[in-house]
Amino acid sequence: MNASAGKTYFGRRYALSASHRLHTDALSDEENRAAFGKCNNPHGHGHNYVLEVLAGGAVNPETGMVIDMVALDAVVRTKVIERFDRRNLNLDPYFKNRVPTTENLTKAVFAMLDGSISPAELAQVRVEETENNFFEYSGD
Amino acid sequence: MIYLTRRATFSASHFYWNDSWTAEKNEHVFGRCSNRNGHGHNYTLEVTVAGEPDPVTGFVVDLKWLKDVMERKVLAAYDHRHLNLEVPEFAATKMIPTTENIAISAWKRLEPVVASAGGAQLSRVRVYETPEIFAEYRGGL
Repeated sequence: MNASAGKTYFGRRYALSASHRLHTDALSDEENRAAFGKCNNPHGHGHNYVLEVLAGGAVNPETGMVIDMVALDAVVRTKVIERFDRRNLNLDPYFKNRVPTTENLTKAVFAMLDGSISPAELAQVRVEETENNFFEYSGD
Repeated sequence: MIYLTRRATFSASHFYWNDSWTAEKNEHVFGRCSNRNGHGHNYTLEVTVAGEPDPVTGFVVDLKWLKDVMERKVLAAYDHRHLNLEVPEFAATKMIPTTENIAISAWKRLEPVVASAGGAQLSRVRVYETPEIFAEYRGGL
């Protein structure tokens, strides 16, 4: 059986579709339009987000696994996917006083999963907003 | 420090089984992956090396050299093979060829070659089992 001292990372990708509008009450309508451009459209718009969860830990010598993928799926589904998928992010309590940029969504997802994927540790959350832009947060 | 990544693909079969467990426990823990007839994947291997660009060539490493190392050290052993039965690190020890263990094993195959070449260091090895599932190893802590 393998007993490696180093940390190994298990990654998993999930799809998530949601709408948002980038807008803050701290700015005037004009300033919002200048800051957020077409993302400030009053009616919002949507994305097919891809959420990538990276779990780090030791490889269990009995199973060869860092984490049981089925267990990880269940945590991500109940804590994140069911909360945000097919929703308007602006209406979620987390975004009551935060602009639902993908930066803030990434940090929100990290906070929701951190400490919940034992025996592994949450190493990184990456959220891809489109094929050409993505955001990563490692908790520091 | 610049990080340079090269990608390659290989196809292999495997199954998940722990000999010290009962058949029932293996089936319970590993589900469909415990089918002893095996199943296969198109894996993607991503190798990242880190270093400073050479002042003359502008290269961290020669990508053609890295491709050759990946082919000789990993693909030659893994591609179109049954990992449990034909690849020594799994066959000899009955180590289960999970994506995690494949990433660690590929690292062990590559690291001495990259280190002895001088210049760049092996930074990380990532193995995708499917587009949605991957494991990554960055060496010992």
